[in-house]
Formats: sequence, structure tokens, C-alpha cells
Amino acid sequence: MEETLKIVVLVKHVPDAQFDRHITGPGNTTDRDESILSELDEYALEAALQLAEERGGPKAGNEVIALSMGPSGAVNAVKKSLQIGAYSGVHLSDDALAGSDAAATSLALAAAIRHISADGRPVDLVLTGMASTDGETSLIPAQLAERLQFPQVTFASTLEVSGGQVSARRDAGAFSETVEAQLPAVVSVTDQINEPRYPNFKGILAAKKKKIASLSLADIGVDASQVGLAGSWTVVESAEARPPRTAGTIITDDGDAGIKLVDFLAAQKLL
Amino acid sequence: MANALVFIDNPGAALKKSSLELLTIARSLGETAVAFTGELNDDVAATLGAYGATTVFQPSVDDLDNYLVGPKAAYLAAAVAASGATAVLVDNSPEGKEIAGRLGIKLNAGVITDVVGVEADGTAHKSVLAGSYNTTAKATTPVTVLSVKANNVEPAAAGAATAPATAIVEVPAEGLANSARIAARTEKPVSGRPDLSEARIVVAGGRGVDGDFGPVEELADALGAAVGASRAATDAGWIGHDAQVGQTGVTVSPQLYISAGISGAIQQKAGMQTSKVIVAINKDAESPVFEIADYGIIGDLFKVLPQATAEIQKRKG
Repeated sequence: MEETLKIVVLVKHVPDAQFDRHITGPGNTTDRDESILSELDEYALEAALQLAEERGGPKAGNEVIALSMGPSGAVNAVKKSLQIGAYSGVHLSDDALAGSDAAATSLALAAAIRHISADGRPVDLVLTGMASTDGETSLIPAQLAERLQFPQVTFASTLEVSGGQVSARRDAGAFSETVEAQLPAVVSVTDQINEPRYPNFKGILAAKKKKIASLSLADIGVDASQVGLAGSWTVVESAEARPPRTAGTIITDDGDAGIKLVDFLAAQKLL
Repeated sequence: MANALVFIDNPGAALKKSSLELLTIARSLGETAVAFTGELNDDVAATLGAYGATTVFQPSVDDLDNYLVGPKAAYLAAAVAASGATAVLVDNSPEGKEIAGRLGIKLNAGVITDVVGVEADGTAHKSVLAGSYNTTAKATTPVTVLSVKANNVEPAAAGAATAPATAIVEVPAEGLANSARIAARTEKPVSGRPDLSEARIVVAGGRGVDGDFGPVEELADALGAAVGASRAATDAGWIGHDAQVGQTGVTVSPQLYISAGISGAIQQKAGMQTSKVIVAINKDAESPVFEIADYGIIGDLFKVLPQATAEIQKRKG
């Protein structure tokens, strides 16, 4: 039997990308009224569940903890994760967190992970999706790793853990790489790593009995001035909806559309 | 004292266009230094001078490429200290953004990613929520770290070339500890086509190519374009995942995007709707892609693309 693992999966509630999304309010933040669990986080959760199941699941002492930070709606991302299969959840919520940029968010998440490590055994692995589908800064895994002084393995398309070491494949850029790092580590996974499971009826019922711990900033030893707009190192000064693209010329091919296309490109000086 | 520091990561024999763009933006912010990794050959050094770099920093160790992100960020932090720069510019590749992120924490500096333009006072322009909003952002910290998207400025050499000084920067030992190491690396086959994220023209295929990227690739080659794909096409295994344009793939912003046999659902739109000119070819007149196309052709891509390819070759003689 492989060594057991304590895994934290970062999950985020994001505006549903299938609909129009909006930026509102004094801090120019994203409107999260109609939010769902970020699709890309499901791959991280699936990877965590597979690692834990290979090691005998919860009975053997593995932990898969879904952690979400944000206002009350964020708890829905945790609940959905519990329905899919996470063993327990942590919801970090505090009014002072509103408007946090990546630097402030990573500070709060790092403190929450230290708090989770102090409760029982230390965290072995922090798993995230490859990006959130909203803010898209993709900074959190790197900044979290820097704050925790953990190695980071990002964009993993395969992931194995053995002998206190993670091994992953990355297909970034011109190379295919095998990357190794010691635990504890921060790992972000791509949407190529697995096929996430769906919550079934049994899972939805079981989720009701699973624990969600609610944490405030005071619980994790973070001062309000370190987060939110006050603790952020960047400000969004203005946000303007881009005028929607409008349809241009549409033609139906009468046998010469390829030539008309080249005429269009020539007229636009694109040849 | 430099005002701006540009990170140029192991360019090989010649600088990439995106690096020239970063140098051009940096010069608009003031005196420019470069934090360089890899072998600095004479041609590259001359180009750096032509683009106005006054100092080129190099790391004290030569194995930074064997590690992911962490040690490069540690090197860059040391180079920022050595140069005194208040603005750091890196490319907007996934690794560039991660280096920017870790550097920001090391320097207590605000990080702004996906930047499309920078004003003299450091205000950054970016495009967010898949291009549906334009925002301006600014760091409130003494140093600003910016990752800048390609294809937003024309590279321009400085009025007068300089002969940049070179200096070695000590990479802190703790930068190498606590880092992921690259145990093996295999180069992917080289296509000879431009890099998707930087290409001036992209020709992309989707479900409609039905397993045959031939017509897409031939048109791409006639135009000197990169080849892209929708998620449906990469999930079907018709082309490598690297080619995927969209929310979970590469975001592109070329001068021209030709979409063939792609319906243009939100996930694809997110990756390409800031392209200057969009051309769409699809059999289905109801495809959402026609709502954003500057020029749309309702027709069979297997007829339209080869005809266009032949016509381009004819005109080019």
C-alpha cells in the first residue's frame, strides 16, 4: 500500500461562462450571482479522489478536502465538490476578503492551508485546476507555492505520487517534460488528465453528512488589512464593456467563395 | 539605474518577435535592462543593443532550464535588485505568467497579466472575461510586474543602437531548493509553422473538418499562418492538444483568424474574439461564429479552402 495522503483541492465558484458575464461595483469585480463550480476545478478534484482511492480512500486515513474562499455563494462550490466525492470541505469567508487580487488571495489561501495542516497532519498536496474560468490571471498556484515555499508543478497532464515525490508530465510549449518534485507540493492539472466523475444520487445524499468547516480571517490569523482592496497590490481603475463584435458580410458559396475570400483578404491587405 | 527590466528566457539563435515587442514597450518606460538566460550569441547581443538595452544581466548558474519557474523567479528578483528597475516585463506564456506571479510575491510587487498596452506611468490595459471587457489596472507597489500579450505593438529598434554592458547576477541557492526539477524533456516535432500564440494569421479547424486537417494546413501554409483547432477537434484526436484555441487552450489575437468548420460556441469564442479580422466558413448558416465574423461564407470548407489556397498561390505567382 502506498503512503496515505492529505490533499487540499482549491475549488472556486465562477460565473457560468455559458452566459454573459459582468464586472460591477466600486472595485470593478466580477458579478458572481449566477455561479457554478469552475469546470476546470473538477479535474483537480478527480485527480485527488483517484490518488486517495489508490491508497484505500478515507478508511485508510486519506483526506480530500475541498477549500473555497469567497462570500456565502462560494460554499456552493464546496457543496458540489462534496457531492462529487470530496471527503470534507473548508469555506474561508470574511467580508474583508472582498476585492482581493491574486496576491491577497494567495496570502489568505496560504494561511488557510497552514491552518488545515495544523489540524491533524500536514497537507501533502495542494491541487488546483489549470486556471479559473473567470479572472484568468492563472497566478494563484504560483503565488501560493511561493508563499508556502512548496515546489510547484503546473499544467500536469499526468500525475503520480510515490515515495514522497510527485511526478507529472507537462506538454507546455515546444517540449514534453517529465517533472519531479518533493512533497509537499502545489500541483495544477489540465483538462487532459482525466474524465471527472459526475455526482450520483448516493453522492448527493452522502454529501449532506459531510463536514464543512467555516473559517474567518481571525481563525487563520490574517489581519483584514492584509487582504481585500486594502491588501491588494493592484487596482482595477476602470472596466468598460467592449462593444460586441457585429456580423460583417455573409455570403453563400456559389462555387467561387474561395476566390471571393482571397479578394476580401487582399482588400484588407492581409495577403 | 534602469527603469524597466525585460526577461528574455533562453531565446536560442535569435530573439522572438514577442521579446522585441517587450523591448519596444520597455523603452517607452525609460532606460531598459535585460535579464537574460541561455547562451548570449553575438547576433542576439547586437539585437538587444539595437533595441536600446543598456545592460544585459546573465545568471551565475547555467542550469535554470532544468527547473520549473521557481529558480527563474529567484534569478529575476536578483536582477530587479541589481538593475533598480521599477517595471518588469515578461511574456504572457503560461510559464511567463507563473514567473511573474512568484516574482511578485518575492518583491511585494503587484502583478498584472494579459496586458495589451502600457502607459508611461505604468498603467496597464488588459482585456478580461474572454475579451468582453477592457480594463485598466495599476500596481500600488514600488515595483510593477507585467506579463504582456504578443502582437499588440510593432517592434521598433531604438533611434541609436547601444553596446549593452553585461553583468552576472548571483542566483540565490534557495531558489533551486524547493523547486520542481525537469527529469526528462523531449522536443516535439517542429512544424515549421509560426507559434500559435504569436502568429499574425491563424487558420483553425473544428468538428467540420471531420478528421482531415489537410485543407486547413494547406491554406495555413499558403498564408504563412499557424494552425489552430477547436476543442471538439482536439478531443477527437484529429490534431494535438497544443493546437486548441479557446478557454482551456491558447488565447490568440492575430491580425486574421480563419475559422473553418467551427460552430463558434462560447468556449472557442473566448480564445479568438479579440482577433482583428475574423473569417468564418461553415456549412450551417445558424452557426454562432457568423455573429462575430467580419466575413462569413456559408459553404463546404472542403471546396472553399482548397480554392482559396490555389488562388493565393496563383496570385503570389
